[in-house]
Amino acid sequence: MADLEKGFQEWKENKLDKTVNNYGERKDEFKTGSNRPVKALYSPLDLEDIDYLDDINFPGQFPYTRGVYPTMYRSRLWTMRQYAGFGTAKETNERFRYLLDHGQTGLSVAFDLPTQIGYDSDHEMSKGEVGRVGVAIDTLADMETLFDQIPLDKVSTSMTINAPASVLLAMYIAVAEKQGVEKEKLSGTIQNDILKEYIARGTYIFPPEPSLRLITDIFEYCSQELPSWNTISISGYHIREAGSDAVQELAFTIADGIEYVESALSIGMDVDSFAPRLSFFFNGQMDFLEEVAKFRAARRLWAEIMKERFGAEKAKSCMLRFHTQTAGAALTAQQPQNNIVRVAIQALAAVLGGTQSLHTNSFDEALGLPTEEAAKIALRTQHIIAEESGVADTIDPLAGSYYIESMTDKLVDEAREYLDEIEELGGMAEAIKAGYVQREIQESAYQEQKAVESGEKVVVGVNKYKEDSKEIGDILKVDPNLEKDQCQQLAEIRSDRDSDKTEKHLKDIRNAAINDENLMYPILDAVRDYVSIGEICQVLREEFGEYEAKIF
Amino acid sequence: MKIDVDKILAGDEKTVAKAISLVENSRGEAFDLLRELYLKTNLAYLLGVTGPPGGGKSTLVEKIVSRWVDSGEKVAVIAIDPSSEFSGGALLGDRIRMGKIATHPDVFIRSMATRGYLGGLNPAIFDTVLVLSAAGYERIVIETVGVGQNEIDIVSLADTTLVVTVPEAGDEIQSFKAGLMEAGDLFVLNKSDHATAHKMELILKQMIDLARSDDSGWKIPLIKTIATEEDGIGDLIEEIAAHKNYLEVSNLELDNKKKVMKNHLIHLLEEGLRNKYIEPLLKDKDFDHSVDEVIERKKDPYTQVSEWLSDFGEGV
Amino acid sequence: MSENIKVLIAKPGLDGHDRGAKVIARGLKEAGMEVVYTGLRQTTEQIVRAAVQEDVDVIGLSILSGAHSHLFPEIMKKLKDNGKDDVLVIAGGIIPDDDHAELKDLGIKGIFKPGTPINEIVEFIHQELDVA
Ligand code: B12
Ligand SMILES: Nc1nc2c(ncn2[C@@H]2O[C@H](COP(=O)(O)OP(=O)(O)O)[C@@H](O)[C@H]2O)c(=O)[nH]1
Ligand SMILES: [Mg+2]
Repeated sequence: MADLEKGFQEWKENKLDKTVNNYGERKDEFKTGSNRPVKALYSPLDLEDIDYLDDINFPGQFPYTRGVYPTMYRSRLWTMRQYAGFGTAKETNERFRYLLDHGQTGLSVAFDLPTQIGYDSDHEMSKGEVGRVGVAIDTLADMETLFDQIPLDKVSTSMTINAPASVLLAMYIAVAEKQGVEKEKLSGTIQNDILKEYIARGTYIFPPEPSLRLITDIFEYCSQELPSWNTISISGYHIREAGSDAVQELAFTIADGIEYVESALSIGMDVDSFAPRLSFFFNGQMDFLEEVAKFRAARRLWAEIMKERFGAEKAKSCMLRFHTQTAGAALTAQQPQNNIVRVAIQALAAVLGGTQSLHTNSFDEALGLPTEEAAKIALRTQHIIAEESGVADTIDPLAGSYYIESMTDKLVDEAREYLDEIEELGGMAEAIKAGYVQREIQESAYQEQKAVESGEKVVVGVNKYKEDSKEIGDILKVDPNLEKDQCQQLAEIRSDRDSDKTEKHLKDIRNAAINDENLMYPILDAVRDYVSIGEICQVLREEFGEYEAKIF
Repeated sequence: MKIDVDKILAGDEKTVAKAISLVENSRGEAFDLLRELYLKTNLAYLLGVTGPPGGGKSTLVEKIVSRWVDSGEKVAVIAIDPSSEFSGGALLGDRIRMGKIATHPDVFIRSMATRGYLGGLNPAIFDTVLVLSAAGYERIVIETVGVGQNEIDIVSLADTTLVVTVPEAGDEIQSFKAGLMEAGDLFVLNKSDHATAHKMELILKQMIDLARSDDSGWKIPLIKTIATEEDGIGDLIEEIAAHKNYLEVSNLELDNKKKVMKNHLIHLLEEGLRNKYIEPLLKDKDFDHSVDEVIERKKDPYTQVSEWLSDFGEGV
Repeated sequence: MSENIKVLIAKPGLDGHDRGAKVIARGLKEAGMEVVYTGLRQTTEQIVRAAVQEDVDVIGLSILSGAHSHLFPEIMKKLKDNGKDDVLVIAGGIIPDDDHAELKDLGIKGIFKPGTPINEIVEFIHQELDVA
């Protein structure tokens, strides 16, 4: 090391500094996408504090920095999972089948906002929103249509549903029953991550305490009934999209994870009974190398926390498996085709970071929901990375890069500082209630806006290399009549079903809510008889109250 | 702008809102209106709420107002946030915390910025109270961020002053202005769900005892609340009512009104003098010249000012 | 026109995208305006009532959920019904070019896309309100 140190100093003084003095550098300061300083050069000197076996190790071995599986993409590629949904269940079903025909390997359902907020399509607040940004689901009937001719034992399905996750999961199970598929065979994920709704995504319904209880009800139910289901997708994606930097994304996501583990432990669950089914969801942003390091840091951090703090014994409890979506917020309305290139870079970072599944955004991201054409290019981008680039043929190929390893290590440290701070505030739920997390994110978002406006942060086509804008012609339009049709269909279902039964189901749900019984069971019974999501959530609203976001 | 007094008296929201803007932005033009309103109006009961930022003032105000309107009162809220010293702009973030009452037909919420009147209460606030009183709001709550001077200012206006503290404020509390401790009529220890609440309670109790060992007959209560969970709100409402009642029976109400009016008259006088004499003087190109002369020691500042004053004197 | 421009930034409907709204609110504050932000999930009634009581000079609607063609006409109508149509209404978010003409006909004066610098919005407001 002493020789190395000497060699480095000589190089720095005789070569680097001299050249810089004579010719200067492009910028006064080089920073990552998250405003962390970047040195001109990284060398073994930056790895002095890192121990290969303790901190990095081999893939499939604690702390899983190089990947959770021993073979990674050599045995199986990541799951290509494009988030899709709009309009009616029928239209979305067609889009799903199109995507599966074109080589997609898993489904990912986008619901409309009324569904995500637990309102039926005919609710006053739903006006103008039905089917706009996702598929509208009111009752089991819609769910049956959504998965028509899609064998639920063959695909894995991810559902972006949070506050009313129990209801949609129950409907999914009920569809499987009708298809004759056994519960054990169901695989997929519900997002079910309420904490990030309060801080970044906005589709909350109930206050934190009952919400956490709904989540632990699901943990408990699934640990007994749905062994291959990912019960939660702890999401940093939205935190980053709301404007956080990479360290905040990492820290706040892990902090959310810690809060969920604490909640499950507090109802007496054994950590190894649920922890293996926790999954994560991260963002793939533009700073390629920082992002790769972030994914690696996330795995190490989670593994260390699960083992040290929670005493997890099962290896699986310590493995951070994650989905990635490329960053929508990095995509521009100006010169939209440039977005194809951005997405390719972001997706490559996710793959080199060892993601388990991936959504690539479409180039028309900042214009509207993706057209079929745009969505296809996005999927093909994944195919090209997987089949042409060669990056999937060896495991974690960027490991050992002085820069990547040093940054991975630093990100772990910086995230830990945040975690300590949150701990001091009494944990993540408290930190959120106090508005701490929201303010940190807002501050970063504002600073980023300023950096773009001042030109300090270049966004091609927006603040540099600008052209007179012309919007691309083709934008996906949602049929405005859909809302009427959906409401009418719901009215028919309401009049066809046995209203005494409906009443009874709602009463059972209310009682379970009051008596602290697991809500999954009465909810499942209710959806089987076509009780709607709005009806179920209304009862829960009455019992639990509603959350009001008051942070600013 | 012409404002229809009858519409204000009838409580028309839009007219009331416009009148407040006039009072805030074009004070000179507002005086005719205010003159007319004053003689027709009994001032509402005023509750001042102050305390550190983030202490839960807005959350408490929402709960208090919500109970008041439930029992049939018409209530207005004036929520004051600081203006930025740099830009003069302001983020008026209280309304977001009062979502539940914001839709109630008997509630009127108005957000205002301090606009740099840090050294004394913006006289527009008193006049806003007048407009709202004229419009039939029987109770008015004024929320101000209490960091220093504002706390005292609000006290000078309100009938009942509620000081909100939180367990975290431990160190700050020790340095609270003595004036505030003397002027608070009720103390709330909000966020009493937090771990250090008990310790804070003891400190506060001691300070309250020290602050007002007078013989006024009003014993300052300390009420513990958890605003977000509606805990302690019932007690708080009762204590406020008790203070209001105390003011009425002890005739202090009148004393208070006198004090308020004296302050307001002084404010108006200062404002008038400033507008009539000082502002034009500052705009006069000779002003800079006078400053230079003083700097260059051609003249001393005392002589300069007395010259100005005697100039004004001709007009006074 | 007073020198203190008062703005209401509002998020109508169920849309939860608030990054842009908050960035704009802060930016307008730093440009010297007094900004009221009312948070997510505001009904059209809530927005109009806040605009009336606060007597704002500008209403800024932020919407990225595609529900503008339903919500904006309602807001504009209620503003008129409440005699508050003397206010400058502007909007931003994801609003396709195709919809602009229709919204401008309703009286929405400016529509701002992703990537708009805040000072462009500030200038627009100054121009429309005729202040320097
Ligand atoms: C960030 C983001 C998110 C974040 C939001 C975080 C947050 N707290 O805000 C997350 C990840 C949570 C999210 C979630 C969803 N999103 Co989103 N999201 C985006 C994204 C990528 C960027 C938006 C953004 O914040 N940009 C940065 C800010 C600063 O820019 P901005 O808001 O556009 O504001 C600028 C201008 O528009 C303007 N402006 C905006 N508001 C105002 C107001 C006024 C008064 C003025 C003057 C100007 C102005 O000025 C600002 C500065 O330049 C866009 C796509 C894109 N690239 O635009 C999709 C997008 C808006 N999302 C979309 C969808 C569908 C969703 C979901 C509904 C998906 C689903 N089915 O679940 C969810 C649910 C969200 C919810 N609760 O409503 C769609 C909307 C489609 C449509 N309208 O037809 C988009 C367009 C993506 C797409 N192509 O599919 N999203
Ligand atoms: N834990 C806890 N949080 C509270 C309590 N009261 C208010 N809050 C929260 O504290 C924050 C600030 O409240 P706010 O009313 O805006 O404070 P203000 O700045 O004093 O008006 C909000 O996030 C409230 O939800 C309380 O009693 N306990
Ligand atoms: Mg407040």
